[in-house]
Amino acid sequence: MKQILKNRLLIFIGLFAIYGIIQILLSTNILNDYYEINIVLMGINIILAVSLNLINGFTGQFSLGHAGFMSIGAYTSAIITYKLGLSFPLALLVGGISAGIAGILIGIPSLRLKGDYLAITTLGFGEIIRVIFLNTEYVGGASGLSGIPKYTNWTWVFWMAVITVVLIRNFINSSYGRCCVAIREDETAAESMGINTTFYKTLAFTIGAFFAGIGGALYAHNFYIIQPETFNFMKSFDILTMVVLGGLGSITGSILSAIFLTFVYAVLQDYAALRMVIYSLLLIIVMLFRPEGLMGTREFSLKKLFKKGDESSEFTVN
Amino acid sequence: MKTFIEQLINGLSLGSIYALIALGYTMVYGIMKLINFAHGDIYMVGAFTGFFASTYLHLGFVPSLLLAMLVSLILGVTIERVAYRPLRDKSKISILITAIGVSLLLENGGIILLSPQVRTYPQIFKQHMYSFFNGIITISNQQIVIFVVSIIMMVGLQLIIYKTKIGKAMRAVSTDPDAAKLMGVNVDRTVSFTFAIGSALAAVAGVLVGIYYNSIDPLMGIMPGLKAFIAAVLGGIGIIPGAMVGGLLMGVIEALVSGYGSSLYRDGVSFAILIIILLIKPTGLFGKNVREKV
Repeated sequence: MKQILKNRLLIFIGLFAIYGIIQILLSTNILNDYYEINIVLMGINIILAVSLNLINGFTGQFSLGHAGFMSIGAYTSAIITYKLGLSFPLALLVGGISAGIAGILIGIPSLRLKGDYLAITTLGFGEIIRVIFLNTEYVGGASGLSGIPKYTNWTWVFWMAVITVVLIRNFINSSYGRCCVAIREDETAAESMGINTTFYKTLAFTIGAFFAGIGGALYAHNFYIIQPETFNFMKSFDILTMVVLGGLGSITGSILSAIFLTFVYAVLQDYAALRMVIYSLLLIIVMLFRPEGLMGTREFSLKKLFKKGDESSEFTVN
Repeated sequence: MKTFIEQLINGLSLGSIYALIALGYTMVYGIMKLINFAHGDIYMVGAFTGFFASTYLHLGFVPSLLLAMLVSLILGVTIERVAYRPLRDKSKISILITAIGVSLLLENGGIILLSPQVRTYPQIFKQHMYSFFNGIITISNQQIVIFVVSIIMMVGLQLIIYKTKIGKAMRAVSTDPDAAKLMGVNVDRTVSFTFAIGSALAAVAGVLVGIYYNSIDPLMGIMPGLKAFIAAVLGGIGIIPGAMVGGLLMGVIEALVSGYGSSLYRDGVSFAILIIILLIKPTGLFGKNVREKV
């Protein structure tokens, strides 16, 4: 117990240190606006990747509609701040909740399907959401909403990312999370053990959608402008690449690959096609040679790195 | 009435193209239980080969078509060999992710190699309208070419599947791969052959689209690919006549939606069809229910 508390304290101090250092670098302008945008994008991508990993990696339900949930969060939050003039925290919350509600509505019918059918259905829902925004004049149709106030900054993104990771990690380590992992391992067996598979699948889907909505809200308030095209299924594939590269079922893997791929994105910003070629080759090569992703289902921990103490007491699945 | 018939004919032409692509999806799914996401991009490669063959090599319609089929066929078989075969007994998700990867690779590789600009297809057939019944039915010669070529391809496919030995092997593998293997069917070769036929049909669709719409670009395969997949699901995936009917239906529905509603809703409607069919009758119009066994 003492050991756990000590670890928690260390992690907390570490987080504050990372936050503080980057905040100082940003406020003294050692890291200029270009870096700020990409650092913020890293945080948003971490939120998106970790939340998709909950659905795809831990619950084993292959969703390709994450960009759709993200767009719901982005648009709803933009309406709240830009159209209604309300506060940003409220916009984040409502953005997340509306994406979560969409997650329930989409999840209940489509989670009856499995594997590739589920993938293509969620992709379809994502596209339908995009077409709806495209045809809604209130949110600007194809030209989108522009002039959204910039509220997203390092502080918001960093702490939202921390909250996302902590909540999802705690969810996975709870009995609910174990049910989700059981469903991933064998749905029929899980069902015969008395797990209400529909409930847990929808629950994971909704939580994932909620955080995707928050990610979308942060995204909208970082770039001034959102368009339906930004959230097409290519965006879902982007997020999927992060999850697959990091390892389906590894939160730290998702975080590391979100940081790495955002870095690749920043470097190759002017060469979009080349970037996608690299992404696609990464997908193929990872699947051919290491189908479980770079981290597999393992988690990265400092304790293991320094070989201190016994095996981590954290819950891992092999 | 006149617009209705016009849209119907437009829809049937578009539908024949969807049907040709959907056949590839449905055959590959029937044999490997894999959604070959890259199929739409093979269709794009076919369209570009046809474009280069007729623009730079000055080949006629039939030679360009055959060349496009050959190039796509080689591409399809290579993709299967390199990317899908090593994963055949791994989890379904990993092979699906690989398929997405191959699709993204072909699209963006195409943008790098061919530039993202839209190209104008050469007018192989000068447009010519024929009208019947005092102009109630008007049909262009390009549409006639589409119908004739599609019908030839579909009849040919039926003959291959039901009259040849390799066709029998395909049917055997799609019913039960393990039993087929035990009976001495070379599964690897059969799968390669399936990819070859499917890719060649996609190339035909690509060339026909080039002739019909006059413009091609490296990302042209995404939407028709998804819609052809929807067509395959609509007809019952794995069932060949289902893919044909599904493709025609999708084309007609889409033409009617753009003709009477808004073309902006067209893509949304296609996906709505997919979701409705998956929720009401996931096995498709022609499918039978299969019970899941443990």
